[in-house]
Amino acid sequence: MAQRNSSPPESPLTPAAGWQGVVVDWSGDREAFKVPWGKAMMWVFLLSDTFIFGCFLTGYMTVRMSTTVPWPNPSEVFALTIGGTAVPLILIAIMTFILISSSGTMAMAVNFAYRRDRAKCAALMLATALLGACFVGLQAFEWTHLIVEEGVRPWSNPLGAPQFGSTFFMITGFHGLHVSAGVIYLAIVALKVLGGRYEKSGNYQIVEIAGLYWHFVDLVWVFIFAFFYLW
Amino acid sequence: MEHASGQQHPIGLYLKVWGLLFVLSTLSYLVDYFHLQGFLRWFLIVAFMLLKAGLIVSVFMHLRWERLALVYAILIPPLCLLVLVGLMQAEANYTFSTRGVFFGDESAATAHVKPK
Repeated sequence: MAQRNSSPPESPLTPAAGWQGVVVDWSGDREAFKVPWGKAMMWVFLLSDTFIFGCFLTGYMTVRMSTTVPWPNPSEVFALTIGGTAVPLILIAIMTFILISSSGTMAMAVNFAYRRDRAKCAALMLATALLGACFVGLQAFEWTHLIVEEGVRPWSNPLGAPQFGSTFFMITGFHGLHVSAGVIYLAIVALKVLGGRYEKSGNYQIVEIAGLYWHFVDLVWVFIFAFFYLW
Repeated sequence: MEHASGQQHPIGLYLKVWGLLFVLSTLSYLVDYFHLQGFLRWFLIVAFMLLKAGLIVSVFMHLRWERLALVYAILIPPLCLLVLVGLMQAEANYTFSTRGVFFGDESAATAHVKPK
């Protein structure tokens, strides 16, 4: 540690791949991740968010398994009456498709950003934000339905187990907050892209970083959809 | 220089993944629509969920093109949550059986507590 290594620096060839690459990257007392710092930091943030949502879903599992009162059937709670017939869970299905579509437009926005096609990139990002806003709107509709018509509260639930109310508002509320923040984030970045803010440096990394956040929000919804609505 | 660190992949790939995610979402919705129950429901929900999550993380979030050091740093820590899930499962079963004992639902209690 005290004496400097006198051997010549490693040749700047292509770094090793596979397991050896992992060891070399982690052991050099230097930059571990060969990505721009913004991207690495966004991944660290998303990892911490994974733990938050993971703990929420685990807490939901615990209270659902331990309650002796019957759990309401989400399939019926989130049904919509279309043309006189109740279609089960259709509201959540529509929200899922909207969020997946927004992920698709975001992925293409990143692509156009690296091609420096500013107009298309900004248009796709704004479309993503618009779809995200639609999602939040539908969620507001869902909450209103549950609060006003069904009388569900975070502490009580006329449909069955009171834990349904607390976990529903906590998990979907936290996810909706992430979507809302993402809509604002994407709109700001899209306007900056459109205004040519990144044209001088030619560095469009920020679009990919914003995209990472947005795809993560979609990813969390995949788990909420499976565990909360379908289970 | 801007191509050195940027992720450049054909648009067609994103469209294909987008289509696949739509199909998988529809399939998982149909699991509920046709009222599948028991192990089949459990298995299909988790399978479709993991496939969707895999597609989003690997293609949309470009993780399959990142270096393994970053991939492992992201994917391995969340596995700790499985330990929490295991612990909480035991805890929830215990709470359920005690509730059965103290709130008088004998049938629920006897299913989880061994007779003395």
